[in-house]
Amino acid sequence: MAFPEPKPLAPELPQKLLKTLDCSQGAVRAVRFNVDGNYCLTCGSDKTLKLWNPLRGTLLRTYSGHGYEVLDAAGSFDNSSLCSGGGDKAVVLWDVASGQVVRKFRGHAGKVNTVQFNEEATVILSGSIDSSIRCWDCRSRRPEPVQTLDEARDGVSSVKVSDHEVLSGSVDGRVRRYDLRMGQLFSDYVGSPITCTCFSRDGQCTLISSLDSTLRLLDKDTGELLGEYTGHKNQQYKLDCSLSAQDTHVVSCSEDGKVFFWDLVEGSLALVLPVGLGVVQSLAFHPHEPCLLTAMGGSVQCWREEAYEAEGPTG
Amino acid sequence: MGRAWSLWKKVWGQLVGRVCRKQAGGQDSGERPKKPVPLQDQTVRDEKGRYKRFHGAFSGGFSAGYFNTVGSKEGWTPSTYVSSRQNRADRSVLSPEDFMDEEDLSEFGIAPKAIVTTDDFASKTKDKIQEKARQLAAATAPIPGATLLDDFIAPAKLSVGFELLRKMGWKEGQGIGPRTKRRPRRQKPDPGVKIYGCALPPGGSEESEDEDDDYLPDNVTFAPKDVTPVDFTPKDNVHGLEYKGLDPHQALFGTSAEHFNLFSGEPQGASSLLGDAGLNKGRKLGISGQAFGVGALEEEDDDIYATETLSKYDTVLKDEEPGDGLYGWTAPKQYRSQKESEKDLRYIGKILDGFSLASKPLSSKKIYPPPELPRDYRPVHYFRPVVAATSENSRLLQVLSESAGKAVHDPTTHSRHQLNASKRGELLGEMPVQGSATSVLEFLSQKDRERIKEMKLATDLKAAQLQARSLAQSAANSRARPSSPDLGHSPWHVALGGATAPTRASNFRPFAKDPEKQKRYEKFLLHMKKGQKDALERCLDPSMTEWERGREREEFARAAQLYTASHSTLSSRFTHAKEEDDSEQVEVPRDQENDVTDKQSAVKMKMFGKLTRDVFEWHPDKLLCKRFNVPDPYPGSTLVGLPRVKRDKYSVFNFLTLPETTPPPTAPASSEKGPQLRETRKPSRWDAAQHEKKEDSISEFLSLARSRAGAPKPEPSPSVNTEEGRTPPESLPNKTGHSGAAPQTEGEGSRPSMDLFKAIFASSSESSSEEEEQDNSEDEQAGPEEAGFGGTQDSDTREAVSVAHAPAPAPPEPAPVPPFPIQKMQLDEREEFGPRLPPVFCPNVRRKPETPQKEKCKKNKEKHKSKKEHKRKKDKKKKHKKHKHKSKQKTKKSEKSSSSESTDSHDSESDGAGTPDLSPEELLRRLKCLPLPQQ
Repeated sequence: MAFPEPKPLAPELPQKLLKTLDCSQGAVRAVRFNVDGNYCLTCGSDKTLKLWNPLRGTLLRTYSGHGYEVLDAAGSFDNSSLCSGGGDKAVVLWDVASGQVVRKFRGHAGKVNTVQFNEEATVILSGSIDSSIRCWDCRSRRPEPVQTLDEARDGVSSVKVSDHEVLSGSVDGRVRRYDLRMGQLFSDYVGSPITCTCFSRDGQCTLISSLDSTLRLLDKDTGELLGEYTGHKNQQYKLDCSLSAQDTHVVSCSEDGKVFFWDLVEGSLALVLPVGLGVVQSLAFHPHEPCLLTAMGGSVQCWREEAYEAEGPTG
Repeated sequence: MGRAWSLWKKVWGQLVGRVCRKQAGGQDSGERPKKPVPLQDQTVRDEKGRYKRFHGAFSGGFSAGYFNTVGSKEGWTPSTYVSSRQNRADRSVLSPEDFMDEEDLSEFGIAPKAIVTTDDFASKTKDKIQEKARQLAAATAPIPGATLLDDFIAPAKLSVGFELLRKMGWKEGQGIGPRTKRRPRRQKPDPGVKIYGCALPPGGSEESEDEDDDYLPDNVTFAPKDVTPVDFTPKDNVHGLEYKGLDPHQALFGTSAEHFNLFSGEPQGASSLLGDAGLNKGRKLGISGQAFGVGALEEEDDDIYATETLSKYDTVLKDEEPGDGLYGWTAPKQYRSQKESEKDLRYIGKILDGFSLASKPLSSKKIYPPPELPRDYRPVHYFRPVVAATSENSRLLQVLSESAGKAVHDPTTHSRHQLNASKRGELLGEMPVQGSATSVLEFLSQKDRERIKEMKLATDLKAAQLQARSLAQSAANSRARPSSPDLGHSPWHVALGGATAPTRASNFRPFAKDPEKQKRYEKFLLHMKKGQKDALERCLDPSMTEWERGREREEFARAAQLYTASHSTLSSRFTHAKEEDDSEQVEVPRDQENDVTDKQSAVKMKMFGKLTRDVFEWHPDKLLCKRFNVPDPYPGSTLVGLPRVKRDKYSVFNFLTLPETTPPPTAPASSEKGPQLRETRKPSRWDAAQHEKKEDSISEFLSLARSRAGAPKPEPSPSVNTEEGRTPPESLPNKTGHSGAAPQTEGEGSRPSMDLFKAIFASSSESSSEEEEQDNSEDEQAGPEEAGFGGTQDSDTREAVSVAHAPAPAPPEPAPVPPFPIQKMQLDEREEFGPRLPPVFCPNVRRKPETPQKEKCKKNKEKHKSKKEHKRKKDKKKKHKKHKHKSKQKTKKSEKSSSSESTDSHDSESDGAGTPDLSPEELLRRLKCLPLPQQ
């Protein structure tokens, strides 16, 4: 009956400030890793979208063409294109290399809170404050969305996409999961306005953060509550949450300038990472390494685990 | 005799030839053909243009059977006689029509099928006057002869007046009036007036008159001439005066007035008639009207072919009645007075039986002169819609009267002269006297008046609120103690008694599907109105179970309340639809996420899972499946999205079970903090939904009622919420949340285009600061987000900091009141959309050159000074500056500072740093908006 020693988790968590990127693009509305975690995107309130190497802190490209602040962005699986949405109600598809606008999808009646590519980057799903999710086809030249998911009663704050599911959180306090394969819509009532949702990496659970300063881990199939994580503060802003690379921890922004780490299973607070004075408005967890990006104000911080040694020259 | 015969033959031949030619193909050239039509060309065609062969009278005439055969379409085969036990031979009764050809059934056949006016209904004679009028119209019509269509609309019978006149001796063609001794001039149609159609053959008497014009026996009286109606059609073309368009008849045949008169007895005349008009007029073919008009300086050519008669000339000087008879009631005065004077009744040939001559003349109508207008009269009228008081628009009436009443009640405007007796009485506190019909309301029916009163009551939001609360309480009570329902009624009565109108139950039938229930409901309302306390118990069905009763009780109360509240508040804003929508159904999603209350309690108990989950059938688009590489789950269906069903539009349950009435939000886990936080923090879109719901009275009532009735648990300070939601935003100057909502939404609509252009045409990152400033000023008027972030990209984003942090949650020290109302505006505007974006705070950004800012700051200060800014303000400013420096130092020192200090510093910094990069215009604007200095 010898179980293997549980690995010490603490050193695994990113808590060492590696780099601070001064984005100089107004407020950084969102920071996102690309698909392999080598680059990151920052969405600025000055209508630009910037591509960085977060570890080196180098700015690779600036994408301008939005008519208003950029609120969310995502990269495609092949790193060839980006999509972003913003306050100008438009969803923009970018070419990464040239920095040009490939397409602009207009149709939302309000600002676009969140955008996601599907797995093959053939569809962009955008959730907007107009309480609809629109599925834009990147392949055809159709100006209209393929489908509009307008079941939400209030603004859609978060959309996540798996290979056959669309997970959306809405301000009306419901998490809706559209299962394309089954042709069903699962609507889970949480009550408080949802700020962020995400799938666990194994695709079995959904993590939901809401404005009652609570994160909930729900079983995807049954909707049962698996865990609850409190301690942070999220009562008025749209803040991000995430799961760590190995689904070991739950990470969430907080309005008091910290980032909270909970143990996923035990629900205990594992780490409180002080970032700054303001609100940590966005974060992104590296897809497979203990690396965290946080956005506060106009800058982005890159955090690594304590043992991390920067390879190569940093600049 | 022989000569006469030959002549007749000649005439007959010409006649036949002409008729044949006309039939032959209608080749109606104006000219007579040079050669007679050869026999082979004299063909007859039917109406379809097919040739007809003449078969001889005994072989069928023109039509012989089927395509000139004796057969039929089936050939020469008789219908075979078949009869069996099952199929009896049907005895067909043949009518004469079965043996007729189609020609026989046509208009001129022996059995015409077309509808023809029979003689009984045809007008007996052509109305001359009408004819003349028509001629006039035809002459003035743009297309001459276009009035031919009017022939089709002939009166079926002569009118009574005609009949009476005729009985009194009047004949058609005569005028009405006293008969005259002699007629100075022969009544002959004016040569200018062309007569179309059938003119009466000239009578023998007229002929004789024509000849011996001079001789007139004294005992012969003549009827007056018929009066040609005056043509009053205004001249609306650009033709010359008296211009008449081309008349096709005249153009082709010269005179169309002539008719073939075979029996005139004058062979010579006949020949001329039969021949073309050209013969008569020297072969002057074609145009004979004044097709091109006569110029102003031209004289009309003499009609050299006109016949001269003596009757055209006056033989007597002066004493004659107006010559052309065109003077009717518009005649010049002299004629009119003349006519008036000779008022003898000689013209009446005979008086009808039972009638006698009037001894007294008809009293002429007295004509009153129009009232004289006062000098300062301005002929402008402001319309106030006049609405007839019916049951449907009584609401509109009420609104109108309210609006009118408001104007009167405005204390600044109304003087004592505008008070009427009843209003004075009201002011004095008298009881109004019944039956004094002084206001519009008095003319309304009792019902309507009641309704109006009720609506006035109900529109008062506070009253409604109270009602809702009492209702909710009562509902809670009744649920808690269903066995003793009497206790629960009195509040209902309080709530409903004043506000429910039983009359409206006739309009609004919430339970129309269940007539029994509807009946009970109406009864309930009636009782309620009468003021009976046990109204509910009385009208409920005694055979129902306790549970059913309880449920129905709630439903009734809810329906009554709902209807009252919604109807009164909504009806003032909406009018009734003129037409019903084509269907009484609306499409609703088949499955709806409902039972929020249950879910809520489940969430509270952390019983996630089945209780909180709704599963719907959802159809993804085919293309979406394709793009996701997923097989279509519903391959056969064309549906997309949630399946929808039609529901009754007017079912009360569409309203009662509002699927997503967000109840008052659940308190956060740390519920102690909740209320205070809610007080201090800015309301954002996150609770804007709740906010909206609050304003919507229906859902407000419902949610309130539900929360009271459904959840007996103590809600964490719902009253605070409702209070906050209910207070009008304008009345809260220091609550930062509300006032900016409306302008913001307006700004949002117009904003993006500008920015879009800028984003496209201006290099966004390297735009000059001036531009930015302008941008900023524009944006500040337009909306918040830009005020916060759009314009501050160059300037440390500090304003954004200010904007975001002013309402910092739960500051330990009371945050200083933001000095600028404009900033409040910004704050307000920021909460426009749902998930609020986090504030920007980047104290360690040091890339900005500081000097320009400071300069601006100075400028700013100077301006303030020059405007004699309030001292306190200045002090504050200094303080802010201090704070700013402090905060900078702090940030340099450590990033972990206490939250209280940070918030404070943010606040101060916001004030200090927000101003520097403002454009002068913006500053001016702000100064204008500042509260007045209290010096």
